[in-house]
Amino acid sequence: MSESKTVTLNMGPHHPATHGVLRVVLELDGETIVNATPVIGYLHRGIEKICESRTYQQILPLTDRLDYSAASANNLGYCLAVEKLMGIEAPKRAQYLRVIMAELARIMGHHLWLGTHALDIGAMTVIFYAFRDREMIMAMNEEISGYRLTPSFIRIGGLAYDATDDFIQKVRKFVQWFPKALEGYHQLLTDNKIWTTRTMNIGKISAAEAINHGLTGPSLRGSGVAYDVRKAFPYSSYEDFDFKVPIGETGDVYDRYLVRMEEFKQSIGIIGQAIENLPSGPVFTDNPWLANPSLEEVQSDISALIRRFMINSKGTPVPGGELYSAVEGAKGELGFYLVGDGSEHPYRLKIRSSCFYLASALPRLLVGHMVADAIAIIGSLDVVLGEIDR
Amino acid sequence: MNDLIIIPIIKLLVIFGVCMLFITYTTWLERKALGHFQLRYGPMRVGYHGLLQPIADGIKNFFKEEVVPDNADRAVFLLAPVISISLAVMLLAVIPFGDSFTLFGKRIDLYLANPSIGILFILGFATIGSYGTILGGWSSGNKYGYMGGLRASAMIISYELSMAFAVVSIIMVTGSFSLVDMVAAQHHMWNIVREPVAFLVFLISGIAELNRTPFDMPEAESELCCGYNIEYSSMKFSLFFLAEYTHLFVFASLVTTLFLGGWHGPILPGVVWFFVKTFIVIFLCIWIRATIPRLRYDKVMKLEWKFLLPVALANVIATGVVLTLFG
Repeated sequence: MSESKTVTLNMGPHHPATHGVLRVVLELDGETIVNATPVIGYLHRGIEKICESRTYQQILPLTDRLDYSAASANNLGYCLAVEKLMGIEAPKRAQYLRVIMAELARIMGHHLWLGTHALDIGAMTVIFYAFRDREMIMAMNEEISGYRLTPSFIRIGGLAYDATDDFIQKVRKFVQWFPKALEGYHQLLTDNKIWTTRTMNIGKISAAEAINHGLTGPSLRGSGVAYDVRKAFPYSSYEDFDFKVPIGETGDVYDRYLVRMEEFKQSIGIIGQAIENLPSGPVFTDNPWLANPSLEEVQSDISALIRRFMINSKGTPVPGGELYSAVEGAKGELGFYLVGDGSEHPYRLKIRSSCFYLASALPRLLVGHMVADAIAIIGSLDVVLGEIDR
Repeated sequence: MNDLIIIPIIKLLVIFGVCMLFITYTTWLERKALGHFQLRYGPMRVGYHGLLQPIADGIKNFFKEEVVPDNADRAVFLLAPVISISLAVMLLAVIPFGDSFTLFGKRIDLYLANPSIGILFILGFATIGSYGTILGGWSSGNKYGYMGGLRASAMIISYELSMAFAVVSIIMVTGSFSLVDMVAAQHHMWNIVREPVAFLVFLISGIAELNRTPFDMPEAESELCCGYNIEYSSMKFSLFFLAEYTHLFVFASLVTTLFLGGWHGPILPGVVWFFVKTFIVIFLCIWIRATIPRLRYDKVMKLEWKFLLPVALANVIATGVVLTLFG
């Protein structure tokens, strides 16, 4: 009986805990994982290829569908890349509102993570408390853009509209309410003995290894590396706000949990500062290649009519050149490598998806643990397949 | 003649009917209570506040297509839910629901049978019932089901021990294996006061035996996607589901009988007290499910062998010492 046989277990793509359509082929000895191979590609929509035949403006709704749990952050990353290539900058008010949208998106993404992560470990109530508050952000998205999940509110050159008073009121209310809700999440999980035994010392990864695997975002910070694109390479006026980059110590599931829970708090702090110090002024750049003429202008001025027609049907020519521009998405560094050839559509748009690197670290993290831990580890990395598969 | 055949048959029908209704509505209660714990309403559409939902679900499952996987062991696969439900329902036979009363000059006991080994009957049949789970998981021809069945067998073997030892201390206090005697012995003082440790051990290992959160290893929907019943559909699934809730009901009534004084209680009739106490225990189980995360499989085993079993054993010894010295 010295020979032990392993069992191959196909976890996913249809599995309640693999968050979408991730498939992990596990080789099990009893319940212990001896080998793990993530298989991706079940949600491939060819977004990068589609981008090459779309105008820059038309690409924007596609970016919503990358990390759909935190859509505004993707919009921001893409718009910043195009703006950088064009050499323009959005007005200050737009930048602040962008920060609010991106941080709201981060909180939304973390809500989804918290709920599903807890659900995977068996605490089935947390998700409903998280989604109660996520619903409030959805309502804000709807108020400001008309869409709940995929706002496409941040546009190249600024914003789709100015913020309504109702939106600002809603954000203010949320900033006041959310710390209380966060306290509730902590009470449900943080000190729970079962929660800590399920998460502590599980899926450990050292800082050096995490960097080697290309981890970014909360999963990297859980290992104790204070790298945050918002601090390292501030964009969209993030340097104006006072916030901390929470880091963990041991790099286990529990540390990644604590880092994200602290990020909730920092994000709501940023939103609070931004909404109170919201500058006045326009929300769209005055670049004639981007700014749509108003309807009154269009009806009285033939050149405005032509310009509006050109922007909306032919698109905006962006100068040639290539650049890499990154933002801190909810899951980590979301980068856009953009090559322009002077036409209205990009020659190539490569998206650096943080989730791809997180998923690639799965074999390293899963081996040696049990099936139940695999669920906890996948949950703690917070991969979103929309971003991996593109 | 009447006493031997007609009355037992009427009692059988009444007990089966009432209990099955109660059990069916336990599923409604669970969904409703979980809903309210989780900031939602639960079933609302079928009938007033979803009251007809269990019946609608039953009808729906009845008309669903029977699916048997190709690589399943067909005979065992079909037999497993039957084992589960029939053995679960059998447990209802020995539970004393209330005090005896006189009707048309006849003494009627509110239980179907009062074997002198009532508690052993329950422990035994509850364990045999777990064959349904094990065989169901094993015969599905599905790896998740197989792992669920494997976990179920390990769980039942382990938690049976501490549960039995918790019961042993009650038997020592009562001096009888009969459930009716056990209730009668609690007329002045409930066993929960005399045996608080045994109560806690019984509660924990009972929840584990029921495969409910935080010990829902065999199903663990997020790990094994429902484990042993993953391949089951239509009425076969319903039978598993019903068996599970029957076990929950039996467990709650056992807690009531062994520790909470059974049908004893002031003013209201005994049957009402019995169902009120059973309801409270069931609600406690639902509350636990809504609050606590799931333990990991190996930790569950550790909890049993390294904590619950020694505690239950020590409690038996302590009970023996106290009984010898002061009893």
